[in-house]
Amino acid sequence: MECVRMIASPRYSEKRVGYLGAMMLLDEKQDASLLITNSIKNDLSNSNQYIQSLALCTLACMGSAEMCRDLAPEIDRLLRASNSYIKKKAALCAVHIVRKVHDLGELFTKAARSLLTEKNHGVVHGAVVLITELCERNSETLERFRKTVPDLVQIMKGLVISGYSPDHDVAGISDPFLQVRILRLLRILGRNNEAASDAMNDLLAQVATNTDSTKTVGNAVLYETVLTVLDIKSESGLRVLAVNILGRFLLNNDRNIRYIAMTSLQKIVGTDHNAVQRHRGTIVDCLKDQDASVKRRALELSLALVSASNIRSMMKELLSFLSSCPPELRSQTASGIFNAAERYAPSQRWHIDTILHVLTTAGGDVRDETVPNLIQLITNTSELHCYTVHKLYRALLSDISQQPLVQVACWCIGEYGDLLLTGECQETEPVQVTEDYVLDVLETVLQSHMSSPSTRGFALTATMKLSTRITENVDRIRSIVSIYGSCIDVELQQRRSPLWRIYCFSLDFKLKLILDQSNKLT
Amino acid sequence: MIKAILIFNNHGKPRLIRFYQYFAEDMQQQIIRETFHLVSKRDDNVCNFLEGGSLIGGSDYKLIYRHYATLYFVFCVDSSESELGILDLIQVFVETLDKCFENVCELDLIFHMDKVHYILQEVVMGGMVLETNMNEIVAQVEVQNRMEKSELCNQN
Repeated sequence: MECVRMIASPRYSEKRVGYLGAMMLLDEKQDASLLITNSIKNDLSNSNQYIQSLALCTLACMGSAEMCRDLAPEIDRLLRASNSYIKKKAALCAVHIVRKVHDLGELFTKAARSLLTEKNHGVVHGAVVLITELCERNSETLERFRKTVPDLVQIMKGLVISGYSPDHDVAGISDPFLQVRILRLLRILGRNNEAASDAMNDLLAQVATNTDSTKTVGNAVLYETVLTVLDIKSESGLRVLAVNILGRFLLNNDRNIRYIAMTSLQKIVGTDHNAVQRHRGTIVDCLKDQDASVKRRALELSLALVSASNIRSMMKELLSFLSSCPPELRSQTASGIFNAAERYAPSQRWHIDTILHVLTTAGGDVRDETVPNLIQLITNTSELHCYTVHKLYRALLSDISQQPLVQVACWCIGEYGDLLLTGECQETEPVQVTEDYVLDVLETVLQSHMSSPSTRGFALTATMKLSTRITENVDRIRSIVSIYGSCIDVELQQRRSPLWRIYCFSLDFKLKLILDQSNKLT
Repeated sequence: MIKAILIFNNHGKPRLIRFYQYFAEDMQQQIIRETFHLVSKRDDNVCNFLEGGSLIGGSDYKLIYRHYATLYFVFCVDSSESELGILDLIQVFVETLDKCFENVCELDLIFHMDKVHYILQEVVMGGMVLETNMNEIVAQVEVQNRMEKSELCNQN
């Protein structure tokens, strides 16, 4: 309430503090903000430009929809005022109003158009932002503003070619902020429109070649130019130039530049895939960079660049990245690798190997549907059953902490345990195991404190399946399984009971058939 | 659009906070804490852009920061702003503060918080960049300060 009182006071110093307090403490949801609407209205008509500016500032920061509706005509009037300080503030205030109340955009279009011809850069900047906002909201307005493309091109030319202007110069480039804004607006206007894009081609080529790229500001303008070129319907020579600039950015020592180069390459990898492939080597190197942000970008881009021709080499890089990457990127990497492997695997065995590698390195971070997917895959590759079960058995011997891996291994042993016990395998060196060893392993999994309940379920089912495939240790199986008859975990009990009943009745061929059927349901 | 501007020191104490989108007070405090946590872990030679946590505005926002001596200047922006442009804007803002305060240091921010806010008001308004010409900003701020001083003198 103090703020409201201070805002209403005629003295400038009190008004200033009052408005500041209002901006920081009030927000549009509170009722007190309505009380200051009247004060703002009066202050907008004040003769002192600084009081007007305070009012504009507050309205732009925390104006609610009702306040905006009330005061929009005032803002429109101020847009045509003669004072450039007020005009630029009014322009940004109009942007806020348009964001809050979309319909009022119509009110400001005419004024926005005329503001483009101003000399003061601040006003032009505000006008460009306003037009950008209007065009983004409403496609009709976009059509109308397409006619301003020649004007915008003219302004840009003036900025790029003009000599040294001490007012707006930042490290040798004339008003880079304005250049960036205009380029962004040109991008919106030129999208999907041949005529507008043609008008911009020359200008974009000029900016791309003339801007000095040794400083950050130059790079900012070049970056914006590249984004614009890639977004509008530009001619192919220009596109090649743009991708080359991005390639140069990738080799830059400054990490910031590399980061944004990768961000923009990500956007065009769908359309200009071949051009981006040329820089694949550099991108893969960025995976080893120490900076976490750069790593993240490089990962996304690498996953997008995987294709049938480079799958093997890319996968090697991605797998080594997985073993050393920061924990927050692990699950993204794992799922990316799975997707890529599924789409481009050169052979089934390679596919299975890759998945097993991921499960051993980052088993805890993979998604839940990985396990059924992998089981499905193994079932479908019947010629590799022997190889798979041997590999999984070995993996299980060394480490039972990675849950997805253990689950798949248990399922495999249950399903193809007889292949394991024969002691022969063509694809890989076979292990010499007896039934006791296999049951030992399964029992360890069942009793380990690291196994989750679903893992235990898998191990239990596998044990029971083995009862049809092995001949000597049937009693041992019976004793293992009976422990779980009164187990606390309901799921395990449930699993055990029906199969146990079948088991007790008969152990002949028909039983094997029934168990095989029930496997499909698991 | 710029969603928030935060300045805090090496120990995480906030020196200036300006939010351009409404957040409840405890949310604001949490955002400041999380931002400090993310930014202080960074080395000095890594890039200045962070894709931050999940607090502000979902996944669309980035943190662009610069570290000067004892202070971190963090701008939280969404995808409509150019990252390199904001980096330059931070530079312009700091140079303006330097000119207005004559060799600005952390104490100036503590004891003249209102002046810093007035200067910021001339640079960023409603989450959008208003003016980037340093001389223009400084001139406007000086006129306003003179107005305030003359009022106080007249009163006395």
